[in-house]
Amino acid sequence: MIYAIARLYRKRPGFPPGAGLRYTLRQMIAHSYRLVVLLSLLLIAGCGSPWNNPYPASDAKGNILYSAFAERPKHLDPVQSYSSNEITFTAQIYEPPLQYHYLKRPHTLIPCSAAEMPQARYYDAHDRPLPANAAVTAVAYTVYEIKIKRGVKYQPHPAFARNARGGYVYENLASRDLADKNTLADFREQGTRELNARDFEYQIKRLAHPRLHSPILGLMSDYIVGLKEYADALKKVNEGLAKAGNGEAWIDLRKYPLGGVEVVDDHTYRIKIKGAYPQFLYWLAMPFFAPVPAEVDRFHGEPGMAAKNLTLDWYPVGTGPYMLTENNPNRVMVLERNPNFHGESFPSDGEPADAASGLLADAGKPLPFIDKVVFTLEKESIPRWNKFLQGYYDASGIASDTFDQAVRMGGEGEAVVTDVMRKQGIRLTTSVAVSTFYMGFNMLDAVVGGNSERARKLRQAISVVVDYEEFLSIFQNGRGIPAQSPLAPGIFGFRDGKAGINAVVYDWGAGGPRRKPVEVAKKLLAEAGYPNGIDSRTGAPLVLYFDVTARGAEAKSMLEWYQKQFEKINIQLQLRPTDYNRFQDKIRKGNAQIFEWGWHADYPDPENFLFLLHGPQSKVASQGENAANYANPEFDRLFERMKNMQNSPERQAIIDHMLAILQADAPWLWGYHPKDYALYHAWYANVKPNKIAYNTLKYHRIDQALRNQMRNDWNQPLWWPLPLMGLLIAMAALPAVLTWRRRERGTARA
Amino acid sequence: MIRYIIRRILYAIPILLGVNIITFALFFLVNTPDDMARMQLGAKRVTPDAIERWKQERGYDKPLIYNDKESGIGRIVQTVFFDKSLRMFAFEFGRADDGRDIAREIRMRMGPSLAVAVPAFFVGLLIYLTLGLGFAFFRATYVDFWGVVACVVAMSISSMFYIIGGQYVIGKLWNLVPVSGFSGGFDAWRFVVLPAAIGVLGSFGASTRLYRTFFLEEIGRDYVRTARAKGLSEVAILFRHVLKNAMIPILTGVVVAIPFLFIGGLITESFFGIPGLGSYTIDAINSQDFAVVRSMVFIGSLLYVAGLLLTDISYTLVDPRVRLS
Repeated sequence: MIYAIARLYRKRPGFPPGAGLRYTLRQMIAHSYRLVVLLSLLLIAGCGSPWNNPYPASDAKGNILYSAFAERPKHLDPVQSYSSNEITFTAQIYEPPLQYHYLKRPHTLIPCSAAEMPQARYYDAHDRPLPANAAVTAVAYTVYEIKIKRGVKYQPHPAFARNARGGYVYENLASRDLADKNTLADFREQGTRELNARDFEYQIKRLAHPRLHSPILGLMSDYIVGLKEYADALKKVNEGLAKAGNGEAWIDLRKYPLGGVEVVDDHTYRIKIKGAYPQFLYWLAMPFFAPVPAEVDRFHGEPGMAAKNLTLDWYPVGTGPYMLTENNPNRVMVLERNPNFHGESFPSDGEPADAASGLLADAGKPLPFIDKVVFTLEKESIPRWNKFLQGYYDASGIASDTFDQAVRMGGEGEAVVTDVMRKQGIRLTTSVAVSTFYMGFNMLDAVVGGNSERARKLRQAISVVVDYEEFLSIFQNGRGIPAQSPLAPGIFGFRDGKAGINAVVYDWGAGGPRRKPVEVAKKLLAEAGYPNGIDSRTGAPLVLYFDVTARGAEAKSMLEWYQKQFEKINIQLQLRPTDYNRFQDKIRKGNAQIFEWGWHADYPDPENFLFLLHGPQSKVASQGENAANYANPEFDRLFERMKNMQNSPERQAIIDHMLAILQADAPWLWGYHPKDYALYHAWYANVKPNKIAYNTLKYHRIDQALRNQMRNDWNQPLWWPLPLMGLLIAMAALPAVLTWRRRERGTARA
Repeated sequence: MIRYIIRRILYAIPILLGVNIITFALFFLVNTPDDMARMQLGAKRVTPDAIERWKQERGYDKPLIYNDKESGIGRIVQTVFFDKSLRMFAFEFGRADDGRDIAREIRMRMGPSLAVAVPAFFVGLLIYLTLGLGFAFFRATYVDFWGVVACVVAMSISSMFYIIGGQYVIGKLWNLVPVSGFSGGFDAWRFVVLPAAIGVLGSFGASTRLYRTFFLEEIGRDYVRTARAKGLSEVAILFRHVLKNAMIPILTGVVVAIPFLFIGGLITESFFGIPGLGSYTIDAINSQDFAVVRSMVFIGSLLYVAGLLLTDISYTLVDPRVRLS
């Protein structure tokens, strides 16, 4: 290769003919510095921003928020999307009828695409109206009439594009029409239209679509009148198409009426629910109930579209403040301001502390504040953290390995940012998630399960000794609060202070719950028939089995910690490591004895936590979400009463009773409610943690001038180490070069 | 040679079939179609009915390898294995579980993988060969000693250290290039330079030591002594004679690696956010996407077979004594 380059160099005009390789190389080195300097200047000029800026220099002028995602969202179709990493996108694009107030706590529902809050009208079994305060048992049907806002328009989309004759531009497409179309941007013509009540009806019908597998179809079939029958009918239609060899053909849902949904006029529709189900309003705040226009569904149902992945699952279409303009989950996903957004204002009321913290400074200003949101794929936490510190991400979570770098405990035990972070203007927000992580007992197990006194006391003894305060301190950097029951803080029914403690595990003292001593656990264990960890019936030591999916060094120490907790009362805890697939399989079949799991609430209602222990929803019996297979007739009876009640002192009393039953039965070790810590740069404003609502990007604001200035200050290139390294290498190589030259010039040895 | 190449291509068919069978068996030993459905449908509120329908739509409701409900050839054809694996011999990769066209995805991702792997490969090769020759030239001197020490040290350090350290020092501390990310067009160089440099550094120890060993074997031979006696310069001896004669063992390792440049680096791409085929494979394994896993394994084995064939052919180019028959 060197020869080839040298030969080329020799062809330069004026180069001495017949020059040797060594001379040529010397000349090349002597002249190459000019090229290097020129290239360097060109590159520096080309950058125009810090060298390490991962974004185009032109972005500096833009009102852009930079965020990251670690995993490709699987579904963006609102009928399927359920995970938090999916709803991060869909919640900005789709507008369901309702949304949560950004600032108010407890979480309060307000209209989103609805013009006003829908009022429930109750009917008895003979369709006679009932008063608003009718007994839940008397209610056979509930009808929600939803009036939607007028003048709301969809984002630009080719499905709406019309030709001069008034027909759709992209309709009945032939395969040649799609030959050059690989993304939605390849369709040149775009259009829009006004939001219509039929779009909401269409989306509810889509919940039952046999090819879309909506995760809430089963649940909603129990409530929305006629949805189950509708799903069965569509299934037959789909099977008919498949038999005819047309299994991917679009099904026009408009042809098939759904009894439980009635379109009154262009701006009003009604949903008929079986019985009373006040939690239904929370579902109306999720993208599952956002409008989807039939023509968009038809557009994406054109033959050949799915083969090119031109689906609604990939290209969401909504009326929200943002639209997805680039969907390349291999690298970047971009949301941009929807030019047709109907407009909304920043709230002017909230919690008392909101005004003091400046959260009401933008009250009444039009939303959204940010023009564009760039989500970059960042799978690893270390580069993500480094880029946050450089100012290239506007916010960041805190991984356990960077926790000490970011957070320290203040004088009163509160978490504050470290001095290094504070100097960078980074601020910390903390919030308790509406989640719970627990250790469950399989109630079908012969040793730890069942309602016998023996098993109950064994579970209570274990509940006392597994010290979740210590767990949080060691493994979570204190990010969480020990749970007293399944209910997370902020959920109706949750009681703080002495009234809320789990009396089986805690005593109240020194202003807080104090875990009972190990002696109490030993006593309970002895009463259970296992004195000092020995089965009094067989004389054998008590061995329990813990199915775990956690792996790696950190998990190993955590699992050893669990074993030590059980050892406090001489119970041997055997670990049964398994992958997540097998773990799920074991849970489904009831083959696990003790396991760990978690739950993040769909909506802020106690029903959404307590159903995890509702007997009829047992995992083994009915594939429900009750993984512990817990069944207590009294608890189930109270659950049935409580679930459809409005929040009231009566409901609170029932919940108190239910929690007391759970605490005594101890089907779970209640574990902890995680606390989320998030860091924000000084230029990132209007952030208030909200663990239920996801459509919050429209409220956030960026000071891009401050960001540009700070980024430039923090990212000045340090170039001198490069020549220094070159010099050091040259110095190290110098003796070798001298030896080389000496050998080259030396005479042959005898 | 043509007959030899044809024969090798025919040999490749049972090899690829075997690789397919092993991949299929390993994958379905760990994952069942039910697991795949659950992975795609999510963890919350998934009904058995939805799982059944998901499998039905994608053909995973059939028996895996043998369908005893069918008769004749249907026993083999009406199976998941036939549907999913054998079609690849016609280069029909189909769609991933998320709906994306795998062939298009591979075409799109090949560029970023090559953008990192090709410079790292060729620059690395140049550096390793030059240093290997240099150490061989300075054999038994302090240069050789400290060079080998540096190689052993470099070999002992985990590639993760190079990646994380490189990102921290070059990207975060010196602010010279982006810590991670990727961009198309000319701007890509800013994102490629660090992972490529780390790729070079990561293989420096092992490769340089290997090439040094090859060159040491050659440098003591009679033809080198003769060349010196003729008065040839050391540069000419090393680059014109020693290098050429050490080519056979070098090519054995180098040519077979060239097709794998397409596959990309699994960890490097993940850490640097390079949207290449390496990260595609890792993502597919994590999301239990059999369609992508089988396709990538098939392409990997195809490239490996191609690499071996190219290696054999390259022998004939550097050593006229080698004849393929």
